[in-house]
Amino acid sequence: MYGNDFSAPDGPRPATDAGPGPDEPASFLAVLAEEGRIEPRDEMPEAYRRTLVRQIAQHAHSEIIGMQPEGNWISRAPSLRRKGILMAKVQDEAGHGLYLYAAAETLGVDRADLLDQLHDGRQKYSSIFNYPTLTWADMGAIGWLVDGAAIVNQVPLCRCSFGPYARAMVRVCKEESFHQRQGFEILHTLSHGTPAQRAMAQDAVDRYWWPSLMMFGPTDTGPDASAGHTAQSMAWGIKRFSNDELRQRFIDMTVPQAEALGLTLPDPELRWNDERGHYDHGRIDFTELFEVIKGNGPCNAERMAHRVRAHEDGAWVREAAEAYAAKRTQEQEHVA
Amino acid sequence: MTTPRPSSPPPLRSSTEERRGDPGQRTPDNHVDHVLGLADDALVSAQRMGWWISRAPQLEEDLALANIGLDLLGQARALLSHAGALEGQGRGEDDLAYWRDERDFRNVKLVERPQEDFGVAMARLLVLSTWQSELYAALQRSTDPVLAAVAAKAAKEVAYHHDHATRWVLRLGDGTPESHARMQAALDAEWPWIEELFDESHLDPALVTDGVAVAPSSLREPVLRRLGDVVRSATLEVPDVPARVPGGRAGLHTEHLGRMLAEMQHLTRSHPGATW
Repeated sequence: MYGNDFSAPDGPRPATDAGPGPDEPASFLAVLAEEGRIEPRDEMPEAYRRTLVRQIAQHAHSEIIGMQPEGNWISRAPSLRRKGILMAKVQDEAGHGLYLYAAAETLGVDRADLLDQLHDGRQKYSSIFNYPTLTWADMGAIGWLVDGAAIVNQVPLCRCSFGPYARAMVRVCKEESFHQRQGFEILHTLSHGTPAQRAMAQDAVDRYWWPSLMMFGPTDTGPDASAGHTAQSMAWGIKRFSNDELRQRFIDMTVPQAEALGLTLPDPELRWNDERGHYDHGRIDFTELFEVIKGNGPCNAERMAHRVRAHEDGAWVREAAEAYAAKRTQEQEHVA
Repeated sequence: MTTPRPSSPPPLRSSTEERRGDPGQRTPDNHVDHVLGLADDALVSAQRMGWWISRAPQLEEDLALANIGLDLLGQARALLSHAGALEGQGRGEDDLAYWRDERDFRNVKLVERPQEDFGVAMARLLVLSTWQSELYAALQRSTDPVLAAVAAKAAKEVAYHHDHATRWVLRLGDGTPESHARMQAALDAEWPWIEELFDESHLDPALVTDGVAVAPSSLREPVLRRLGDVVRSATLEVPDVPARVPGGRAGLHTEHLGRMLAEMQHLTRSHPGATW
């Protein structure tokens, strides 16, 4: 998803807006010009490195926080097949977190430090995970809409200028596409099921539609564009399309799928515009997005408390593993 | 009694006492019960393991515990389907998982208690996987061909579970003073429930004679020996604690199982007749 890079307009601005300048080495600019890949040992501007660390860490954090809303339904999945699929999906998210932390570590940071920054609020995760999963149908809506939006956002990241991030995205996108189909299938089953199941499906889509559109970030084109990192990230080949282009692509892709599901999207202004060749949509209320980013979403406190508690409860285990490994190393040195 | 599932398969014959044939006479019901017992061990363990996903001490462990939970769930599904087929009343894996009440579950009590401490989770996984690895090794020669096939697949899976649990018991036992104390406490908490694994009072001896089942008591020596080896290597002590009374195989559980099932089953039971 969650590979995006924006903050609330009145929140603290990350110090990365250095802009292209004299500190951009010629070798770096040459790789960008050729649409090549910057590798960890290549020369790169400090601002580029910092931007990537922040974006990849935020992406990784989103994957592990994203385990919670779906993990919430593992114990209650309504069939054993669905339970297995859900466990495997949440496991995939842990795996995505792992590749992404590894990609970030190639930039000279440490996973433990990044986790500390998540836990004390210095780094963020995707705002979408601050919404509660209230019914089983939310497992369908998250797969279909949230993972669907994530794919639209992440496919261009497979061509990101930073090699380790681009390569991690190739694998992540394959798995996300599988998740999206699973979500669609959950909703398809529900929308063709009993009246109560159908109502559950519609309710989930009603609740997740607008937050999914906000996942692409604030408007960054046209007169309403907010100041963000889009221009700089595009110049560096990290970002390939504007938030608005990606959002439009997602909407265009999703509307026919909603029709196939027999569900409606909660936007009365949603209609095909022949002239533009795109769907027009109603105004997105970004004040909600910014409130959630600032910590005032429905589940921010719960998500962080769950994460911090798991980390703290596991401290004795990690300490024991380190102590055990140190003893074994000592023994080997003694023998040698 | 089992809750009948409206508009679907026939209600269970139920009640443990009614179901059991005369001991010594192998009946289809006893065969079903035996398979259900192994299925329920795996299902309840998978359900408990699922709790850990997003709560593990580190990300690698979230992945590993999810893997183990998925293996156990897969075993449960295969065994439940087999039990349903043996029963011959048209019940599938979900009918058996979601529409039986706690008195009709046949799992051992070892697996049903909450395991929200990592040391407890690893102590229990060590016990379960040691026992399952001996059990499935022997069941690969079962005269029930489906049971033999499930055992052959599961044997490979539980070998990994055993390896994983062993490594953690070693690290925690021989890690820090705190982890040593916590791991010992976890072993002390799990040990009273081991003896039930070897209890034969609810198994029809004819199933053993006919080569369908493995005599539970025959697993005691190898299981306890292997457990003792790991515990001592981890600088811990084999607990000397009295065994708790068995009963899970007869549907006499701890109070924890009912709550676990209430959570697991509620959505499915709220929508009788629905497919998911």
